[in-house]
Amino acid sequence: MSLIETKQNRRSFIKVATATGGGFVLGFNWLASCTPDKTIKEIPSEWVDINAFLKIAENGLVTIMSPNPEIGQNVKTAMPMIVAEELDVNWEDVMVEQAPLSKDFSRQVAGGSQSIRSSWKGLRTAGATARQMLVNAAAEQWKMNASDCTTSMGVISNANGEKITYGEIASMAALQAVPEDVKLKEPKNFTIIGTGRGNVDIDKIITGKPLFGLDYKVEGMKYAVALRPPAFGQKLKSFDDTEARNINGVSDVIRYGDKIAVLANSTWAAMKGQKALIAEWEEGEKLENSMDHDHDLHALLYKKSDEPRSNDGNVEKAFTEADKVIEKVYEAPFLPHNTLEPQNFFADVTPEHVRLAGPIQTPAGTRSRIAKLLDRNEDDISLELTRMGGGFGRRLYGDFALDAAEISSLAGVPVKLVYSREDDMTAGIYRPASKYRFKVGFKNGKLTAYHLVGAGVNTGNVTREKNFPAGSVPNYKVESHKLESNITIGAWRAPITNFLACAEQSFVDEVAYEIGMDPVQFRLDLLDEVINNPHGEFGYEPEKMKGVIKLAAEKSNWNHNEEGVFKGFSAYYSHNTYVAEVAKVRLVEGQLKIEKVDCAVDCGILVNPLGAINQIQGGIIDGMGHALYGDLTFKDGKPQSSNFNNYRLIRMIESPEQIDVHFVESDNDPTGLGEPSLPPAGGALANALFAATNIRFYRQPFAKQLVEIEKNI
Amino acid sequence: MANFNISVNGKKHEVDVDPDTPVLWVLRDNLDLVGTKYGCGIAQCGACTVHIDGVAVRSCSIPVASVGKKKITTIEGLSEDGTHPVQEAWKKEDVPQCGYCQAGQIMNAASLLAKNASPSDDEIQEAMNGNICRCATYLKIHAAVKTASSLL
Repeated sequence: MSLIETKQNRRSFIKVATATGGGFVLGFNWLASCTPDKTIKEIPSEWVDINAFLKIAENGLVTIMSPNPEIGQNVKTAMPMIVAEELDVNWEDVMVEQAPLSKDFSRQVAGGSQSIRSSWKGLRTAGATARQMLVNAAAEQWKMNASDCTTSMGVISNANGEKITYGEIASMAALQAVPEDVKLKEPKNFTIIGTGRGNVDIDKIITGKPLFGLDYKVEGMKYAVALRPPAFGQKLKSFDDTEARNINGVSDVIRYGDKIAVLANSTWAAMKGQKALIAEWEEGEKLENSMDHDHDLHALLYKKSDEPRSNDGNVEKAFTEADKVIEKVYEAPFLPHNTLEPQNFFADVTPEHVRLAGPIQTPAGTRSRIAKLLDRNEDDISLELTRMGGGFGRRLYGDFALDAAEISSLAGVPVKLVYSREDDMTAGIYRPASKYRFKVGFKNGKLTAYHLVGAGVNTGNVTREKNFPAGSVPNYKVESHKLESNITIGAWRAPITNFLACAEQSFVDEVAYEIGMDPVQFRLDLLDEVINNPHGEFGYEPEKMKGVIKLAAEKSNWNHNEEGVFKGFSAYYSHNTYVAEVAKVRLVEGQLKIEKVDCAVDCGILVNPLGAINQIQGGIIDGMGHALYGDLTFKDGKPQSSNFNNYRLIRMIESPEQIDVHFVESDNDPTGLGEPSLPPAGGALANALFAATNIRFYRQPFAKQLVEIEKNI
Repeated sequence: MANFNISVNGKKHEVDVDPDTPVLWVLRDNLDLVGTKYGCGIAQCGACTVHIDGVAVRSCSIPVASVGKKKITTIEGLSEDGTHPVQEAWKKEDVPQCGYCQAGQIMNAASLLAKNASPSDDEIQEAMNGNICRCATYLKIHAAVKTASSLL
């Protein structure tokens, strides 16, 4: 067992908390039952707070707080599972409650696939600390040593055969001093972690209970829909709101900066009001075009960087001495996030208090920006976290929450700002358009030089210079260039690597093909070089990378050819997790179908296999879908897609028919899962498409090229 | 504004809204039935799917004035206690990631199964293709429709 310092020394105190609710028009209830099928025990009205993470009722029910924002990565199930494991209770006795933004919790962020990884020790310690306090209280009552007591499923026992439940001793436990260190379980003794547990919100989701920001509603609230400059680079010159104000239900029109908000009694009236505004826009900055981005990014690929990200050996010399050189360029467009729940946020700004609620991946940072905007003390601002209808990085940026707070402040009423789909897609923060130029040199069959130049819109570093194949090549150079633009860009699920991995893994496949090697063996040989004869710096574990590559190859029968099935391989390391994928496509009536994907994953200890498989399958389909169809272009600063009639997302019919996920067994602490299966997906698909068509896919979205190919099949 | 009498989940409601107001917003803003979701407003994503006289329709694109006496069923009224076979199947397969599109998926699947109790894989794909799941839980949705079919 490992001893963990609790970093808590205050004495706990009994706090009887009543069940949540109140203040809402809709019955927002943050409690979720873990066992929707059974109402085994009545939900009590009184709970004893043991620590910030959990409270226990006399009948033995335990409420565990889920501190982090839930965007569909299923932390609302996984985080409480970790606490429950160390507390040693029946999962059936656990209720889960979404915590608001609070000083009691650290890093309340949904981003970087880090929720579980960064709170793993903290969640376990919270559960183990509470367990120890319960044991100490029981021992005190029995007048014996705590070390002579054991726990199992919410019951404490002693050597004399006496038993007491957590519920019975909870109020005494709360008076116990918080232990300075606690023992954590050995992973082999886990009974909850590693077992598949269903989504704790499932009952609410399947019966349509209020859960999401868009469902949030309080008495007297106005719906706000805003008109924004239609093009990046434009400013508001003037506007006429006469017609908008004449629409039934519209109560106010407010200009803030270059935007105009229409406030109304219903979402529909606010949307109609927005459409009825007549605005005149003027050019503030350059109105940009995708054709120019394309041209400028391309030029940057051939520019020498003064500060390369990495520069081992001498690539220039190695290329002149090489007997084989291969060079390719890969390109990808801007992408909107398209969370299915459009951006929205609730704000009620009063002189006394600022109340915020809604879908946000970065609640703390957003509150602090709102405090600055409104010149308020952070302690005067509360923020409730609603379940999010997707995030994908878009809700890392609190722009919509700041807007809601500003509108409420100006209008003096509680406001829910709602984006229409068109607002969401056109006033976005986008995955930046980017390009890569890869070049390798071989001498006597051995890889001697590797040169990568990346260029991205508004992006500091579009490379991951310490990733594969760093460490395997003596002459290794990576450069990154930034193209300045007034188009707002930001993190999009697996930032940078969402396309870098696709480009790199397509290139690796092509290089292996060109030198007549099996692409799996080519990767394994390079990794052996990193292990046996490392060159320069690298930031991944080659053994783990080999592990997933071999597992994916084995599970997919890589070495066995099947009539009419075309395979593509890809492997990538991101968010501390190793993933290898094999995509299999076949030709059905002149169209390419993705038949199956085999995916091998090394993510350390698996917390919830059910949720994990969901994340991995979703990430693969998301990665393949955007590689195939994702495409946002700009003309005179204006996004050329605005809704799903002119922006294509992958649907069921185009998705792989089967995705098998194979986990590497591990005792290492858990690593990321929300993102890592996405980066390799595009490459696996591109390589399978090459196997099927003998044509390489260098430019996303692949569908444009694929349509032409399918015409000739 | 005008008064409309509509039937939702077996109950009569009188609402005072503009005739062009989509059923979606009447449900959400006037009747506080927020299980039906807004996704695109142009009948492209399926998040707003409800049943009108038992048939799956996109409530974002149906003006309240056109409903008349027809019966609207939403996710809240699909079953009394969340035990419709499709809801049971969704739970059994643990389908959702973010969960936002799932009410629409469930309503669409329930409509499909009411017409065709044992759809083939192709028929499931065909019928469910109008519903976007941005988290891409498509494999689980597909499996859940099959499970629901077996529970009928």
